[in-house]
Amino acid sequence: MKAHFHTKLAAAAVAAGTLFGAHAVSAAETIKVGVLHSLSGTMAISETTLKDAMLMLIEQQNAKGGLLGKKLEPVVVDPASNWPLFAEKARELIAGQKVAAVFGCWTSVSRKSVLPVFEELNSILFYPVQYEGEESQRNVFYTGAAPNQQAIPAVDYLRDVEGVKRWVLAGTDYVYPRTTNKILEQYLKDSGVPAEDIMINYTPFGHSDWQTIVAEIKKFGSAGKKTAVVSTINGDANVPFYKELANQGIKAEDIPVVAFSVGEEELAGIDTGPLVGHLAAWNYFMSVDAPENAAFIKDWQAFTKNDKRVSNDPMEAHYIGFNMWVKAVEVAGTTDPDKVIDALIGVTVPNLTGGYSAMMPNHHITKPVLIGEIQDNGQFDVVWKTPGLVPGDAWSDFLPDSKPLIADWRKPMSCGNFNTATGKCGGKGS
Amino acid sequence: MSFWTNARRAVLAVSVLLALQAAALADVNTIRARVEALATADFAAKEAIVSELAAMGDATAVPALRAFGDGDLQLRKSDGKVVIAVRDGKLYRASDPITGEDLGEVDRKLLDKIRVNNNLRRAVRAAIGSLTLLSKDPGVRRQAAESVLKSRDPGAIDTLDEAIAAETVPAIRRLLEQAKAAAVLQTDRPEAEKLAAVRVIAERGDQEAKDILAAVAASAEGDVKTAAAKAIALIEQTLAMWAAVQNVWYGLSLGSVLLLAAIGLAITFGVMGVINMAHGEMVMIGAYVTFMVQELIRTSAPWLFDVSLVIALPLAFLTAGAVGVAIERGIIRWLYGRPLETLLATWGLSLILQQAVRSLFGPTNREVGAPSWMSGAFDLGGLTLTYGRVWIIVFAIAVFALLVVVLKRTAFGLQMRAVTQNRRMASSMGIRTTWVDALTFGLGSGVAGVAGVALSQIDNVSPNLGQSYIIDSFMVVVFGGVGNLWGTLVGALTLGVVNKFLEPYAGAVLGKILVLVFIILFIQKRPRGMFALKGRAVES
Repeated sequence: MKAHFHTKLAAAAVAAGTLFGAHAVSAAETIKVGVLHSLSGTMAISETTLKDAMLMLIEQQNAKGGLLGKKLEPVVVDPASNWPLFAEKARELIAGQKVAAVFGCWTSVSRKSVLPVFEELNSILFYPVQYEGEESQRNVFYTGAAPNQQAIPAVDYLRDVEGVKRWVLAGTDYVYPRTTNKILEQYLKDSGVPAEDIMINYTPFGHSDWQTIVAEIKKFGSAGKKTAVVSTINGDANVPFYKELANQGIKAEDIPVVAFSVGEEELAGIDTGPLVGHLAAWNYFMSVDAPENAAFIKDWQAFTKNDKRVSNDPMEAHYIGFNMWVKAVEVAGTTDPDKVIDALIGVTVPNLTGGYSAMMPNHHITKPVLIGEIQDNGQFDVVWKTPGLVPGDAWSDFLPDSKPLIADWRKPMSCGNFNTATGKCGGKGS
Repeated sequence: MSFWTNARRAVLAVSVLLALQAAALADVNTIRARVEALATADFAAKEAIVSELAAMGDATAVPALRAFGDGDLQLRKSDGKVVIAVRDGKLYRASDPITGEDLGEVDRKLLDKIRVNNNLRRAVRAAIGSLTLLSKDPGVRRQAAESVLKSRDPGAIDTLDEAIAAETVPAIRRLLEQAKAAAVLQTDRPEAEKLAAVRVIAERGDQEAKDILAAVAASAEGDVKTAAAKAIALIEQTLAMWAAVQNVWYGLSLGSVLLLAAIGLAITFGVMGVINMAHGEMVMIGAYVTFMVQELIRTSAPWLFDVSLVIALPLAFLTAGAVGVAIERGIIRWLYGRPLETLLATWGLSLILQQAVRSLFGPTNREVGAPSWMSGAFDLGGLTLTYGRVWIIVFAIAVFALLVVVLKRTAFGLQMRAVTQNRRMASSMGIRTTWVDALTFGLGSGVAGVAGVALSQIDNVSPNLGQSYIIDSFMVVVFGGVGNLWGTLVGALTLGVVNKFLEPYAGAVLGKILVLVFIILFIQKRPRGMFALKGRAVES
């Protein structure tokens, strides 16, 4: 409710500013920050939370005195889960509202649709969600996990700790699961898993009848080898999937499911009693015991006036990204995109799991990888953690085409897809 | 003589008792020490402790182990004592892990949960299994046998022998023998014994048996390997047969969901001819009514939870029906005979309803729980049937039957059919056609709301719930034949079964595409669907 009020307030302020001809004054006194998250349509389920998180972060920064002596002003737009509309709204934010940076998008297709706009108008986008990698763009900073910061460690955990020998890679049929599964399949084969011990299965968006697939998983799992499911099933399809698992009596002790898209927010719609022990791999869990996290959750629940409101991994990504941007602007002494883009590399800020995250030259960040088991209260218990921070790898080492590519936006290389095999910038084949 | 013998016997008995008690006491103390040690151990050390407790063979440790596996074993920070703490309202009720003695209520903040992971849960399940094999309760023994069958723990063989000798229930006895066979196959016992074990397992003939034998076939050599391979081939044959039956069942189950989603549309679109794109949202409203009913019950009358769906049914019907009547009176009645405008208006309406629900309840999924009679599954031959799906099939058929009765056997049904067949004639017979229109639309919407109650059990309760069913619903109605309820029934079930037979071969994505192509071709051949209406009504 409060969030809506804020949006309205911001809109009213803008309207009033224009009306009274005070435009020049307000532009000089505030720094505008764009928030590009869907508030309606299918993706609203995930993105509304991130919009609220951004409003809270901006409010907190203003309470601390703003940035460069000016107040920050959030500009919220609603791209309505409509990919072309993302590009239009991005243009409106950058060209129309003259925002200094944009925080937003969820799903790779929305990011890909705004990329040309950010390139053309030279602005900055912070993308907070885990994604399939294979990209590094000058105007984009990827604060979510790359595959090597989520998928690969999760598979390592299952193989080494739970002794899994047979793998089901189940995903929704779109680019993130397809690319991630391609990487994982190669990774598993490289580590000696025979092809007949890998089953790959794709389902349409919002798939709701999981009977056949769960039965197939059960069958695949009865071949005398420990079996696990690696799930890149997205969003809404997860609830019926987990319900079917529970109904058919697949316990985590028998066939564990490790998910990359299921967090605290997604579990809010399920009775997690029968799911205890199924896993998720993230860089943050709400249950992490760290003073920064406790403070963040307290602020978040106070801001949303709901003491049951959960926090999740993409929120932490925005927390890190926003603080990085603030720090970089302070270092650069200006919000000029070119200077801030250069200043962002190397910036280090605290994350919420009790450590620090740094922005790397490939515009990805360093993060710890955590494996959590679902508990009956809808939270995750961390059962494993990488010993140190894992730097995000833009180009996977497990895809033959991407192997020779590196990204480094520092001068003199300044390239997002430098081919070390040919010594040229421009990706594979160049 | 006899006095002395008796006295000596008595003394002997007492001293034996005392000695036993001492031993038991020592055991209790070691068990307690081991349980306390769980609090500080890491995962590997915890696993060692669990197997130690299992090896002691003393069932005293079972409650502590069970609590540990369930995540209820906690460390009381005030004195570092390990307790079993179970949530009781806002506080936790603590009890002693060994004696079960009540230790009063504790705040959550003063407790530190002793962590478990999947490996430990597995170990705990196996330990409890081997410790409860000799329990007096046949239900517990059955569970124990099943756990040991899963864990295939060779360490349990001696206890299993003891249990088999003592077992009186034939079914549990067979289960125990299978569990023993599974454990024997993990050892390096003589070949003859292993071959016998393979036979015992093969008799089971299910997926679990195949799993056990596959592991044997992969590791064993000689006769045992061939015997296992042969048994697997046999089991696979039976399983393949059951798989076909299972596909039919899944198909019927999917069909019943399609039927529920489409049956309201069969009235609004099929009978009235209104292209109602907001139909899915009526389903969504029904689901949200269920959520609200459950929420009310959770806060004020938890004992009613098992009948929450029964309470939600009439409410969902009335709410969705009322919204339907309002839509008809407010929008659709102005648009009769203009299908394109109706389509656009109702589509816009569906977006409005979605966003309204999103603003009211938030964009995230809402939790709708399953009552106890709808959770879990039972085995029927080689099939695993989940109660939820069985009830949904029963429910779909019941709704269908009820609608057929309303349409064919009631005055309202008669008026409805009269109005749709010949509006002017019906009107001149004194039927208030406008009210019949409104009520018919309300009936269709109400039925959709009822479907929402059922769908809340298997799908997300989110503002997008309806969207995912609207295309399927139209598909069913068009395929079955517009204006014919029986067509909708047969259409839904056919599409469900076809879909489920395609899915294992073509995959879920391609399967869906193939079904769509099939329907398009079918409509080319029979534009009016499977059961086309005949007669004058068609011409108008």
